[in-house]
Parts: sequence; structure tokens; C-alpha cells
Amino acid sequence: MSFPLLTATAAVPALGAVATAAVPAERRAAAKWLALAVSLVTLVLAATQLVRFDPDAKGPFQLTESHAWIAAFGVRYDLGVDGISVVLIGLTALLIPFIVLAGWHDADPLETHSSRWRPTQGFFALILMVEAMVVIAFEATDVFLFYIFFEAMLIPMYFLIGGFGDRAGERGEAESATQRSYAAVKFLLYNLVGGLIMLAAVIGLYAVTADQLGSGTFSLTEIVQARAAGKLDFATTTERALFLGFFFAFAVKAPLWPLHTWLPNAMGEATAPVAVLITAVVDKVGTFAMLRFCLQLFPEASKWATPVILVLSLISILYGALLAVGQRDIKRLIAYASISHFGFIVLGVFAMTTQGQSGATLYMVNHGISTAALMLVAGFLISRRGSRLIADYGGVQKVAPVLAGTFLIGGLATLSLPGLAPFVSEFLVLVGTFSRYPVAGAVATVGIVLAALYVLVLYQRTMTGPVAEPVREMPDLRARELAVVAPLIALLLFLGVYPKPVTQLLDPAVAHTMSQVHESDPQPAVHVNDAHVNDVEAAK
Amino acid sequence: MSHVETVHSLWTLAAAEAPKKIPGPHIEYVQLSPTLIVLGAALLGVLAEAFLPRGVRHRAQLGLAALGLAAAFAAVVALAAGGYASDKSHVAAMGAVAVDGPALFLQGTILLVALVAVFTFAERRLDPAADGRPVDSFAAQAAAVPGGDAEREAVAAGMVTTEVFPLVLFAVGGMLVFPAADDLLTLFVALEVFSLPLYILCGLARRQRLLSQESAVKYFLLGAFSSAFLLFGIALLYGYAGTVTYAGIADVVSGTTRVMDPALAGSTANDALLLVGVAMVLMGLLFKVGAVPFHMWTPDVYQGAPTPVTGFMAAATKVAAFGALLRLLYVVLPGMRWDWRPVMWGVAIVTMLVGAIVAVTQTDVKRLLAYSSIAHAGFILAGVIAATPDGVSSVLFYLAAYSFVTLGAFAVVTLVRDAGGEATHLSKWAGLGRRSPLVAAVFAVFLLAFAGIPLTSGFAGKFAVFKAAAQGGAAPLVIVGVLSSAIAAFFYIRVIVLMFFSEPKADGPTVAVPSPLTSSAIAIGVAVTLVLGLAPQYFLELAGQAGVFVR
Repeated sequence: MSFPLLTATAAVPALGAVATAAVPAERRAAAKWLALAVSLVTLVLAATQLVRFDPDAKGPFQLTESHAWIAAFGVRYDLGVDGISVVLIGLTALLIPFIVLAGWHDADPLETHSSRWRPTQGFFALILMVEAMVVIAFEATDVFLFYIFFEAMLIPMYFLIGGFGDRAGERGEAESATQRSYAAVKFLLYNLVGGLIMLAAVIGLYAVTADQLGSGTFSLTEIVQARAAGKLDFATTTERALFLGFFFAFAVKAPLWPLHTWLPNAMGEATAPVAVLITAVVDKVGTFAMLRFCLQLFPEASKWATPVILVLSLISILYGALLAVGQRDIKRLIAYASISHFGFIVLGVFAMTTQGQSGATLYMVNHGISTAALMLVAGFLISRRGSRLIADYGGVQKVAPVLAGTFLIGGLATLSLPGLAPFVSEFLVLVGTFSRYPVAGAVATVGIVLAALYVLVLYQRTMTGPVAEPVREMPDLRARELAVVAPLIALLLFLGVYPKPVTQLLDPAVAHTMSQVHESDPQPAVHVNDAHVNDVEAAK
Repeated sequence: MSHVETVHSLWTLAAAEAPKKIPGPHIEYVQLSPTLIVLGAALLGVLAEAFLPRGVRHRAQLGLAALGLAAAFAAVVALAAGGYASDKSHVAAMGAVAVDGPALFLQGTILLVALVAVFTFAERRLDPAADGRPVDSFAAQAAAVPGGDAEREAVAAGMVTTEVFPLVLFAVGGMLVFPAADDLLTLFVALEVFSLPLYILCGLARRQRLLSQESAVKYFLLGAFSSAFLLFGIALLYGYAGTVTYAGIADVVSGTTRVMDPALAGSTANDALLLVGVAMVLMGLLFKVGAVPFHMWTPDVYQGAPTPVTGFMAAATKVAAFGALLRLLYVVLPGMRWDWRPVMWGVAIVTMLVGAIVAVTQTDVKRLLAYSSIAHAGFILAGVIAATPDGVSSVLFYLAAYSFVTLGAFAVVTLVRDAGGEATHLSKWAGLGRRSPLVAAVFAVFLLAFAGIPLTSGFAGKFAVFKAAAQGGAAPLVIVGVLSSAIAAFFYIRVIVLMFFSEPKADGPTVAVPSPLTSSAIAIGVAVTLVLGLAPQYFLELAGQAGVFVR
């Protein structure tokens, strides 16, 4: 038996989490280094996956592992990666070390806490636990296995949001604790309700397969093959109901308007690294699952729902951007910007064109990196001043030029400046959408204009102008912080100029998904050319 | 022939034929050994109570109870291994007790639950010692008036109520028979055998004795009421079928035999009798499982009873009662599912919703867990309604998973204390996670299992029953179940928020350090919760093999 690489990629952070949690209370520093080391080992494993993954190989999944698990439920421990999941696992494993580094001091205990309360160990253990669960969710090719970790990751996330926040600052400890626990509960309830509705659909899926195939199965490959062979045939209403059950959960997670309201609370109250974990890592599971499960399991229903979903994603794009313009809180602004970007991703997925889906999958990666860069720098800024309000800053670029510069690059990436990575993906999404739904493409373009507005206004108000009094003594980025930001910015520049290493992994997987939906790209509209050709022929 | 001669000939006839006509009942002692061992241990416990000196009683009773339960469990395992769960399963004791898969599975579960519960009964380190003697959760002298002189004297004399151990064993004995009962009279006797000790146990709390006695009286009155219903239902069913055996009634229901007892000629196979009788018997059983609208006793009794008793009762009674309910519905009424299905649908739906919604407003941990147990009864009913072998095995699995979570959760409740004993008011639990991270984390695991979060036994169980319900054609029940799970999740999460994200209060409760007894009970609870969550396959298979009732 070959080395179970996929299991190892998830098992290393899981075991690392347990080990980190077990570090004695007074050895806090050891817990941090241990967590960093574990996240780096995971990164090496994820990189190995990328190396061993063959983009040109036949078959939907590679590096597969398959073991019997819960036979009574027809559940197998089936893992496998396609181009999309291998890239997203790489993104996850890449971001976690930066999240760990950026959060180095976020969970140092206050003196008031009793000696048995070990927040630092808990913080890093929870981050690693989330990583393990996200990785296995990306790898799972069994719907049930996916569901288990899709739901289970809520619990560590919940503790990360509710248990750790920025230094209280002017709001006072009690008030900020209340806000935090509100945000955590809101996060959990939204996602739990989404998940439970999906559970009903998962059970329904089992009932249908058990009914038609003789024995129930959750295997994505098996179900897709059975459908192709005509052995499995969903009734139209059943398929639509199941699709809606799945999509609802993913739309909460992604999040899509109008199910998005937990995100600004959660990202606002959580520390910046945890906010990155939410938006750049965990939420990607939602958009990823739309591609992998909604489209592949329920192609007909996906097409049926496309018009509504496109409208929702357009609303997300515009609504998120408009609210971002109006925010007074830096972290909430970035949260609303993310909602706008998730709108783009969903738009690309459901435009059902190769370019749209390639753009959307690439966007998942780029959004992860650019939001991480922007949010982490914002976090460094906030930790210096102890306030999240934009109005409390001004002229930072004079006292902390490196901080301001990295913030600007992160911001420019967020507004999709050409030359930075998100531009490529946003462009692809728009082109892909336009070729099938010109109106939707045109409306989405407005989102780009608004993005320029909210990013530049944010930069202008915080970084330029006269130096605000409390900012005067603000130190510039430290070595640790620079070590977090510099690689991310380098990556943004690199992928902005040369996205091919990523796209060549994504494209075959996208093509496969497209073929599952029985969808092909629309022919370019060539009436003019036809007429021209006719003219030419007539002239002959 | 004169009158005298007639009588004489009857005598002589009787004398001549007596040895043949009334044979001694044929009892399969080996197959009934689990029950017999437990009841034997209970009797020994009564003797020990009478003859052993006070100093050694506690130890002796604990040892006896644990040994008896363990031996009975070994007997269950031996019977199952001997094939009595599958091909050799049959009805023993002259048609009174079934020995089959579901019965053995449930008996094994009840015995393990009781074994763990006995550990919490025997805990003597949590309460501060009275006059230098360690005390447990039970009143020094149950008969003494609360707050009176007799009570003070009993406390001063260092009395402890070691009778609880034989009482538990008697209750367990009844519970073992209850899900295995194969005729209605045995069912009723078993019900009373396990209910009466429970009524007494509920009234034995050392702290807050009035509350405890009130709960015992409530439980007894309502329990007696439900027993009366059950008995009335049994009478009607006898009128319907002319027999009280399940198989006999089932035959009349399906029309394969027709009892022609001249005395019952007017009522035999009268559907009105059947429907009313079944409704009344169901009422009695639904009372025991705590299903809405027969749930009123649950919160008061759970709150007032000594917490170890609550844990035992919540876990074991539910297992036994659902076992009996399953057997009744699957063996007696398979042919008339459509008559009882709509009613059971309604009961399941309101049970899930009422349990979950009312729990949201609770401020006491024990009441909260009581309402949560009602909601769980609703989830289990969804599996019962499936009316498939899958439904049976899913209910069996759910019961096993749920009972250990419940035991563990109530064991944790006994640990959190302030000057007045257990601090059950939720506000006192604020910030527990900061003060005692381990205890709070363990309780959080139990709460997450109750909420059915994946990777815990609660999820596996919930998935099993919902899957069975969906396949059994009860998709709307699954939807309601999922929605009420979401509501239920809200209040479990609220407790977690309180423990971990609230600032501890200055005068908050402390967590008592328990003896290895309670620690091991909690550890077993956590272990079962996680094992059944991560690797349920073995136990699901076990429950799957045990899914067929003997007739």
C-alpha cells in the first residue's frame, strides 16, 4: 500500500492540534513554535500533493484512498483530489503558517486569568484543528464524509471567534466579550441551520440511492457513474429539493446574500488571523462544495436554479460593495468586500462557462491570498492603535511607511488592479459570464468600480492626510509581521503576472465539471461575421 | 346421577388427571439468567442491609451491585454469543418473556448503564463530610421529616441510605424484563417492578429534601395514573383477543386465528376495543418515555430527584420503555400500522418541537436536560415510526448512544457545587470554562453530542434514526426533526457560551474533585460518546443484527 498522503495531510494538523493543546500552561512559547512547525510540515505535505498530482491524468480523482467505514450507512472513507481541491488544499496549507505567525501574540493570557486557563495552547490547537477539518473536507469524495467535517469544523471555529478577540480598547472588556459571543453564536446558528438542512438532503440522497441502486451510497464517483449509466434517475422535484438542501448550506457558508449577515459580525469581532481563517479558508469550502457536489450530483437542478442564483450573486456583489463603502469599521469593511467577492465566485461557478468556472476557481485562490494580505496588515494596524474605526486613523504612511505600503498593495489586490493576481480571475469571471449572460456580466462590472471606491477611500482616510494624534508614535512593521506580509505580496505579484501554474491544474478539473453538467461554452455570436462571409462569398 | 355423585366423579377425575393437566411451568433458567442474577443480587442486598454492620455496608453493597450487574451483563453476552440473539431466539418462560436480538441488546445496554450509574450512586467525596463521616447524595434517613429532630439525629449518627443499591437492582430487574415482556401482564408487572423503586429513589435526596419528596410524589401519582391506563388498555385488549400474549393478539389482528371463547364472543375481534385498548397501552408506555403530551412529570422529577438517580432514570428508563414500545408496535400491530401511524406521527412531531422550544427558556441545568430528553424522545420516536428492521436497529443504537451521554452529563452536574449543594442554576455556570477547563470541556462534549454535532455519538444516532425514518416513508418527520435539532442546538450552545465566553462570577460555584467512581463514570461517558461518533460501524452492525423481534 502506498503512503496515504491525503490522510497524512489532514492527520498531521489534527495530531498537532492535540499535541499543542497538551503543552503545559507555562510553556506557552513552545506551543506556538510547535503549531508553526506542524503547519509547515502540513505545507510540505500539501506541496507534495501538488507535485505528485498529474494534471493530464485521466479520471476525476487522483491519489485516492478508499477504506470501509460505516457500512450500515453505506459510508466509505473515500479521499481523492482533483485539480481544484489540490490547489485549495495548497492554499489552506500555505495560509495557516502565516495565520499562526500573525496571531503569535493574539492569545497571550491576561494576568487576570487563572493559571489553569490556557488560551494560547487552545488558540493554536483550534487553528490546526480547523486546518485538518478543512483539508479533509476538500479531499472527501464521499458526501457523508464531507458533511461530517463540513459541520464539525464549526465547533473549533466557534471557539476561535468567541474565545479570542482584539484587545478591548475603548469598548471595555465586558462589552467586547458580549459582542464576541454574539458574533460566535450567530456564526454557529447560521451555519448549523444550513448544515442541518443539508443533513435532511443528505439523508434524502441516501434514500434515493438505496431505493434505486439496491444499497445506499454516498460515493460521489459511484453516484455520478450510476447517473451517467442511467441506473440512477432522480425525479425532477426530488432532485430540486435535494439540490436546494445542499445549496442552502453552501450559500450560508460562502456566504451569499441574503444569508451573509453572520460574516461581518464574525470577521469584525474575531482577531485578524481568525478573520482570515474564516474568509480565506473555511468559506472556500462552501464555494468549492457548490462546484463539487451541487453541480456534479444535481446537474439538472443546478441549471434550473441558475437564474435565481445568478441574481443572488449579483445582489451579493453590489450589496457587499455598497455596504463596504459605507463602513466605519476596517474589519467589517473587509468583510463586506469579501461578500462582494464571493458574489463574483458564485457568479463564475453558475455562469456555466469554462472561463467563468476557471475564473471562479482561480478567484478562490486569489481572494484567499489578497484578503489574507489586506486583513493581516489591517490587524497589525488595529493592534497598534487598539481601535477598529477608520476615523481613529490618519496619516499612517508618514509614521509607518512599510505598513502603509503593504496595506496599499493588499487593497489594490482587493480592487483587482491589473498586474495583481485577483485581476486575472475577476476578468475571467466577467468574460465567462458575459459570453452567456451579457446583462449579468455588465451589472457585475459595477462591482469593480465600487471596489475601487471602498479600497481607495479606506486607504485615503487611514494612511494619508495629517498624522492623527494617537498614531504619532506608531511603530512600523516588525520582522515577524514583515515575514507574514512579504511572501503574500510576492505571491500576489507572481500570480498576477503568471497564473499558469495554477490554471493548468484547475482547467482539466473545470472541464470535467462542465462535462458533468452537460454544458458547453456558447458559440461566440458571429452574425456580423456570417454576414460578412456571405457578402464575401456573394462577391465571389 | 345424583348431585353428590357428580361432585364425586369430578373429584375422582381431577385426582386421576391432575398430574397431567397442571404441569409445572417450564422455565428456561439459563435464558432468564440476566434478570435472575440481578434480582438475586438485589435480595442479597436486602439481607446485607439487615445483617451487616453499618461500617462495611457501603462497600459491600457497592461490590454486590457492581458484581451482580457485571455478572448479568456477562450472561447477556454469553446468551448473545450462544445465538439467542438470532437463530435460537424464542419466547421463554411459557410465552412470557422473549429472548431475542432486541431484548438482549437492550438488556445489555441497561446493565451497562446501571453499572456506570451505580458508580455515581456510590460517590462520597463531593458533599462535605458530616461530622467527619463521608456522605453521598442520599438522605441520612429517608423517613425523617425534613428539617426535623429525627433528621438531625440521623445525620449526627452518621446514617447513610445504602438501601439505594438494592433498590436500583430491583429497578434494573424490572427494566430487564420490560423490553423483553411478550405478554401484556408480564409487561405490566415489569413496569411496576421498575417503577416502584424509582419512585422511592426520587425522594431520597440529601439536599433540598422537600423538592425531592415533591418530585417523588408527582412521579408516583402520575405514574400510578399511567399504570391505570395501561392496565385498562390491557383489559380491553384481552377482551379483543381473548389472550394477553403478543403473538396471540397479533394473530387475531391479522385475522389468522379467531378465538372462540364463548364468554368473549361478543367482543372478540371488535376493532373499537382494539383501537382504544392499544391507545391506552401506548399512553402508558409514552408516559414512561416522556413523550408529549405525557411529559409533564419529566422536568419536575428530573430536577427534584438526586442527580445520580436522575441520570440513571433518564438513561435506563428510556431504554427499557422504548424497548417495550418497539416490541408492542412491531410484534402486536404490524398489520395495522396505518391505524397507529398518524397518531404516532403527531406525537413524535409535538414531542420534538415542544421539547426543543420549551428547553430554550429553561434556567436550570437539570430542567434543561429534562426538556432535552423530551426532544430526544421525539427523535427516537421518528425511528420507531419507520416500522422497518432498520428502524429498530437505529432506535437500539440511538438508545445506547444517548444513555451514555445522559449519564455523563448528569455526572458532571453533580460536580459543580456551591454552599447549597449542587449549583444547578445556569447563571452559576458562567465562566466555568475559565475556572475548570477540563470539566467544562467534558460537559461541552456531552452538549455537542446532545446537539448531534458530527464526530459525536449523538450525530451517528440522529443520522441513523432520520435515515430509517426517511426510508420508512416519513420524510416530513425528518424535516421537523432537523428543524427542532436546530432549535435544540441553540440552547446547548447557549450553555457552552455561558461556560466559556462569560466572565466567572466572584461567588460562583467550585468544581468538587470526585473520587475515581464518578471520574470513571464520566470518562466512560466521554469514551462511549467519542467512539460511537468516530467509529460507530461495529455497534451499528451489532444493532443491525439485533433488529428482528421473535414472535
